[in-house]
Amino acid sequence: MLDYVTSYLKSSTTPGQAGDVLWSLIYILAIFAGLSVAVIAMNWLERKILAHMQVRLGPMRVGPHGLLQPIADAIKLLIKEDIAPTEADKWVFWMAPLLVVITAFTVFIVVPFGPTHAVTDMNIGVLFMLGVSSLSVLGVVMAGWASNSHYPLMGALRSSAQMVSYEIAMGLAVISAVLMTSLGSEDSGTLSMIGIVQAQASQETWFVFKFFPLGLIAFFIFAVAMVAETNRAPFDLPEAESELTAGFHTEYSGFRWSLFFLAEYSAMIAVSSIAVTLWLGGWLRPFSHWLSGDPWETVFSLFPGLSFLVLAAIAVFSTMRMPKHPYFKIQKIGLGVFASVLLLIGVVLFLPPVRDRVQDIFWFVAKVAAFMYLYIWYRGTFPRYRFDQLMKVGWKILLPMGIGVLILTAVSGIYF
Amino acid sequence: MSHGTSHLELQDHEKTFLDSNELIINMGPQHPATHGVLRVILKLDGEKVLGTECVIGYLHRGVEKIAEHRTYTMFNPYVDRMDYVAAVSNGLGYCESVEKLLNIQAPPRANYIRVILTELNRLASHMLWLGTHALDIGAITPLFYTFRDREEILKIFEKYCGARLTTHAFRIGGCLYETYDGFESDVTRFLKFVAPKIEEYEELLTTNRIWVERTKNVGFISAADCVALGVTGPVLRASGVKWDLRKAQPYAAYSEFDFEIPIGTTGDTYDRYLVRMQEMRQSLRIIEQAVGRIPSGPIMAKVPKVIKPPAGEIYHSIEAPKGELGYFIVSDGSTQPYRIRVRPPSFVNLQALDQMVRGALVADVIAVIGTLDIVLGEVDR
Repeated sequence: MLDYVTSYLKSSTTPGQAGDVLWSLIYILAIFAGLSVAVIAMNWLERKILAHMQVRLGPMRVGPHGLLQPIADAIKLLIKEDIAPTEADKWVFWMAPLLVVITAFTVFIVVPFGPTHAVTDMNIGVLFMLGVSSLSVLGVVMAGWASNSHYPLMGALRSSAQMVSYEIAMGLAVISAVLMTSLGSEDSGTLSMIGIVQAQASQETWFVFKFFPLGLIAFFIFAVAMVAETNRAPFDLPEAESELTAGFHTEYSGFRWSLFFLAEYSAMIAVSSIAVTLWLGGWLRPFSHWLSGDPWETVFSLFPGLSFLVLAAIAVFSTMRMPKHPYFKIQKIGLGVFASVLLLIGVVLFLPPVRDRVQDIFWFVAKVAAFMYLYIWYRGTFPRYRFDQLMKVGWKILLPMGIGVLILTAVSGIYF
Repeated sequence: MSHGTSHLELQDHEKTFLDSNELIINMGPQHPATHGVLRVILKLDGEKVLGTECVIGYLHRGVEKIAEHRTYTMFNPYVDRMDYVAAVSNGLGYCESVEKLLNIQAPPRANYIRVILTELNRLASHMLWLGTHALDIGAITPLFYTFRDREEILKIFEKYCGARLTTHAFRIGGCLYETYDGFESDVTRFLKFVAPKIEEYEELLTTNRIWVERTKNVGFISAADCVALGVTGPVLRASGVKWDLRKAQPYAAYSEFDFEIPIGTTGDTYDRYLVRMQEMRQSLRIIEQAVGRIPSGPIMAKVPKVIKPPAGEIYHSIEAPKGELGYFIVSDGSTQPYRIRVRPPSFVNLQALDQMVRGALVADVIAVIGTLDIVLGEVDR
């Protein structure tokens, strides 16, 4: 058994490639659990960050600083009555959220958290991600259609039109990044998610800086298109609550609704991880070529532990600032325990064997987290586009830009 | 859907895209963006609006009828419940109308206090409009900023008369309450506090590309149409008509202050936004001038114990935050009005909705309802 584990730890390929079923399953479970935790954390963070941007406190009652609010909400959603409209097409109504959530989770089998930290490495990785994630449109249309009501139908139509149009701009941006993988000295082009990051390592630059500003423009196109693709503000027309109450999921409630919610957030994480992989060097740490050498390696390997220590420090600070009233005693203890858990994780992350192993995952997750923050920031800042304006941005601005960048990338690839 | 004799059904069928069927959907009365209980029936061709019909009356409380069974003094608090976000203006209009009927004048000090409170209320009303309008267009943050700052105004109201929203601040013949100690300094502090906040709102929205795209050339209405429909207030001024009752027919102490009437040029939603933002600044100017020179003296005119106006009728109107707020009072010489008819700006402005959104998209309906700045309490009364 021990041999099995150690032999895996030394391997240099993903479990899927090695044909290792057990480790693949462990990875799948770990990613599923990690995603669920991430969605819960994201729920809390979004409400807190948005609240602080809007001069309010956000959830404060359930648990210290509302930390248990997402769990309370999840329980509430689970025990709610399961309502399906009488006029609804029951079978399709039932299938729609499942389809959306399954596609949202399936894409994660090719997301590389590190050179070996992925369920598998497909040679068509990017294509697989884009293809599977765009299947979620089907679920959205099904939800809108099956509800048999005007508002969801309009929401679904808007949503499908939007997702389909932005996929084109998104695809063009992805192609220009894929094109860049073939430009290294020993590289040939690849669609594999791991291969793309390795190409960035061997070309000693993240693709966002490649052929400045071409990489940056392609990245920008993707960054805009991915917000539209996930139906988030300022492109959240399908669920524009001021117009269509809740868009395609108006008729959904309880657990079915929470599946849509889960799918939306995991889709956000999925597209962010594509962006990170394609342009921001995936699991590579910042300045890996500029600040290279052993001392720098050691410095950067301290970051995972340090970040948890910072979080723990914030938690400790908040614990000390809790009101002195005995009413808050349990919350204070809870927050203290939370702080010490964070501290413990931080300390564990300093241990050399752990430290080396989690480096890749840490940098990948940190980059994705930055995108998640951007999503929240957008939501707090921007008004919403109108449907025709959204289409205009997609077809008349992003698409020509994408084609232009693609051509220019190809030309620069030949001449430089 | 059954909606009786809707004019939407009686119309000739317009040509739709691809000859598809038109869709009739019901927006409201429970809808997050109809500012209360407005129900709009929309006839749509896809996303394009072919026609609208407003169904009102969900908040009808029969305020005008109630007036016939109350004395003039007793009816005063009821007017606060019409436009509940601009209760002070409602009260001012009513009190001045009855004063005109009685042929008495509020003393200068009372008039100054009235001007200050009314302008504060105009600010509060415009802040609420801005927050909800931005929220309808999808910007959720300004709402919280404007509510934070509106709170300061409500605090001043609370300190002055004990109520925050339905203030009942004025009485026929003047004011009941003397200004509290530190009223002037509170107001001055508020002016200093709020001026940069208005800049902050503008920073968030005025040059925001999405905001401009969503509001420019949306809900256009020409000056002639405004006049024909009787539309008043910022909506009228944004179409380029310089008509503000504070200047045109000065009441209270408005003739003594120096302020401008901001007007727009094109009459679209963006212009209405700019006009209201400028109006907030002008209100600050008026308050600043007023608070510096509140005259001393009585705050109540000589009003008979029992208010019994001579038989006759009177129409008096003031510039409420949303437009011309008029009271037509018929007196039969008794202690109770024979009939009161209120001319609410929201009700009249709402009629422009259909014209403003025809040919636009669904999202524009929301933007236009927001920009008309209606309060259903006032529409339905």
